[in-house]
Amino acid sequence: MIQFEKFTLTNGLRVIVHQDTSTPMAVMNIMYDVGARDENPERTGFAHLFEHLMFGGSVNIPNYDEPLQMAGGENNAYTTNDLTNYYIQLPAENLETAFWLESDRMLSLAFGDKSLDVQRKVVCEEFKEHYINKPYGDVWHKMRDLAYTRHPYRWMTIGKELSHIENAKLEDVKEFFFKYYRPVNAIMVVAGNVTAEKVKALAEKWFGDIPSGEKYKRNLPQEPAQAEERRLEVKANVPLDALYKCWHIYPRLDRRYYITDLLTDILSGGGSSRLYQSLVKEKQLFSNIECYHYGSTDAGLLCIEGKLVKGVKMKDAEKAIEIELEKMKNELVAETELQKVKNKTESMIAFEDMSVMNRANSLAYYELLGDASWMNFELEKYGSVTTEDILQESRNIFRKENSNTLYYYSGN
Amino acid sequence: MIETVKGLNRKTAPPIVDAVNFNLQLKPYKKFTLKNGVDVYTIDAGAEEVMSVEWVFYAGNWYEDKNLVAATANFLLKNGTRQKTAFQVNEHFEYYGSYLNRACYNETATLSLHCLTRHISELLPVVRELLTESNMPEEELAIYQQNMKQRLQVSLKKSEFVAGRLIDVDLYGEQHPYGKYSREEDFDQLNQAELFAFYDQYYRNGKFTMFVAGKLPDHLEQLLNDNFGDLGNKSVAERIITPHRAAEKKFRVTNNAEGVQGSIRIARPFPNRHHPDFLKVQVLNSLFGGFFGSRLMSNIREEKGYTYGIHSYLQNHISESAWMISTEAGKDVCEATIEEVYKEMQDLREELVDDEELLLVRNYMMGSILGDLDGPFQIIARWKNIILNGLDENYFYNSIHTIKTISAEELQAMAQKYLKPEEFYELLVV
Repeated sequence: MIQFEKFTLTNGLRVIVHQDTSTPMAVMNIMYDVGARDENPERTGFAHLFEHLMFGGSVNIPNYDEPLQMAGGENNAYTTNDLTNYYIQLPAENLETAFWLESDRMLSLAFGDKSLDVQRKVVCEEFKEHYINKPYGDVWHKMRDLAYTRHPYRWMTIGKELSHIENAKLEDVKEFFFKYYRPVNAIMVVAGNVTAEKVKALAEKWFGDIPSGEKYKRNLPQEPAQAEERRLEVKANVPLDALYKCWHIYPRLDRRYYITDLLTDILSGGGSSRLYQSLVKEKQLFSNIECYHYGSTDAGLLCIEGKLVKGVKMKDAEKAIEIELEKMKNELVAETELQKVKNKTESMIAFEDMSVMNRANSLAYYELLGDASWMNFELEKYGSVTTEDILQESRNIFRKENSNTLYYYSGN
Repeated sequence: MIETVKGLNRKTAPPIVDAVNFNLQLKPYKKFTLKNGVDVYTIDAGAEEVMSVEWVFYAGNWYEDKNLVAATANFLLKNGTRQKTAFQVNEHFEYYGSYLNRACYNETATLSLHCLTRHISELLPVVRELLTESNMPEEELAIYQQNMKQRLQVSLKKSEFVAGRLIDVDLYGEQHPYGKYSREEDFDQLNQAELFAFYDQYYRNGKFTMFVAGKLPDHLEQLLNDNFGDLGNKSVAERIITPHRAAEKKFRVTNNAEGVQGSIRIARPFPNRHHPDFLKVQVLNSLFGGFFGSRLMSNIREEKGYTYGIHSYLQNHISESAWMISTEAGKDVCEATIEEVYKEMQDLREELVDDEELLLVRNYMMGSILGDLDGPFQIIARWKNIILNGLDENYFYNSIHTIKTISAEELQAMAQKYLKPEEFYELLVV
């Protein structure tokens, strides 16, 4: 059970305090309710580029990193399709430095040309490093575009193309900031060796007078139910044929999300999982195979991907996957098999919760979803899943008309 | 209405306690010895009901006579015993929600278990079975060979993978454990009998040490003695292997003519942790390229935007190390990036670091160690590194002392001694 205290400043900033006196450190985690799904389709990659610009100096503090390092702290940030998260870890004695830095950049950035110039280049190099200069690096660009027709999940967080990032303008940066980076759209978690009293006083001192901003009301185009299967074939300079299949699943807050999560573990959660045992070990059609989902807030995708053993035909490999999925649709999984993936989930949560940073991050995320206390009910939700549920959802998800298939051929 | 503090000065940083003044302590381990002489180091700490157990064998590629034997034997440890198939082994550990991993390094190779503490008694007997009755089945080997060769083909398309292999060859030579790399034909030449012989000598009868951390059960010593107290633990003959460094210093390699980035590796040989300069150079390395605020990162990423990241570090080897600078940069700015790296070296040789930057590096390093000592797994990892390198707690405290007290002059002297461009290998792979 993770204990915490929650209060809201008059400007709408939600603050959560989680005390853990066993550590000498403090953590500050600030989550903003904006991700790549909120971008203009002609300016994708902006939420992530913006994350970089948050380190380019704020209205009163020219350099963000130096004072934090001087205080013995470290920080980082990440952007997903759903949200943007910033976190700091520093010795608890120096907690106020985190308040000073984070409140100033929530107040306003410096909006310098130099920072934008440099970070555009840095992000373009990040794009190249992860998505162009790597074999199979463009798969998810293609797959998202295939599986989504309307919902903004159809592009990746890094953006659709380099030109969107290269063309970013300073006025876009300002507009983005004042629309999304306001107290009313943010959640702050302060955790570690801290007291609620001190956090309250510091929050009011440093964040209390930041203008509230307007609450962002998300109104995204929803993805219509897929009515027929979609297929795509590409050829690229890669050494092995690879097969990718995706099916639409459920939003994060849907009860069926938990069923789906366990279902993916049954299919590929380790050396005794079904796809690995059948297709890599017994039939030897794939040199590796994985089944996973992105855990996205809106309805996401469940994916199966694998590289084919040389000489195996794409059709045969796909057929073998279908056979395994048919079993899921026709036979109840054994109680012990379900118990296995529940046990795995339990220990995974226990290991994750060892770190104060992870706990702070989770509290912010559940608060963003609706209520930080939901963090404490996850295990129960997984526990309530039955073998019947797994059967039912296998039938719902693994329908042909819900599927998207990418044949990624080796061009050599 | 919340009253805001009038006249809040946002321009001035709040007062801080300099991390350099912290009194950092490394929580001492408890140690016991099994009946067969195996040393067990433990850290009993943490709030969650979880624990980790690690078996460290002297079974790294240092001890193999043929390429890939050590790594393959390590991989196949959990792929079947006289009583259980690979599937049954995996199913057992996974049923209890535990993670059993193995890893092969140069001197050592490990097996590690992470689990909920309440399941430990169910899991250790099967680990024992792996260490006494593994049989490395032919068909498991065949699948491994096939899949690893395929994986290698994919990796070889990546400039960073190719660069990582080649720079180690320059530093140590292809025959040295630190410089060896895998080729398809090496996988083809593996055979079951050799792997089993390696397993028999270096695991079943081999020397090992154990590291245990987390919330520990009361009867831990008994449990470990029951399961592992009768294993061989025979001493391993020492092998002296010397590196053969490349004669040339500069290399330009084209791996993919259509690549949009180049992988840059610039490295020089460096002594191991027992050398008196090691701790001082660790501070100099932080300043040079060891963290986000370092000279390399500030100049080459934050000032020029040539790369998503550039880092320098001392390789984590036991017998000797190397000082490495590593980055992926845009194809058209690779040469400019290399030039800037040498400029930063020159600056460190010629100019004394000012007080403010030095204090920043000290505080950053201290804060980072403080944060890193958080939790039982982190503490045991630090101890493991100290113990396997043949050091003791003085290494930790000397390291803190060096961070706190090293002078600008000493740092400059280290730069003049080691940051000499002519002593670095320079590699660019596109």
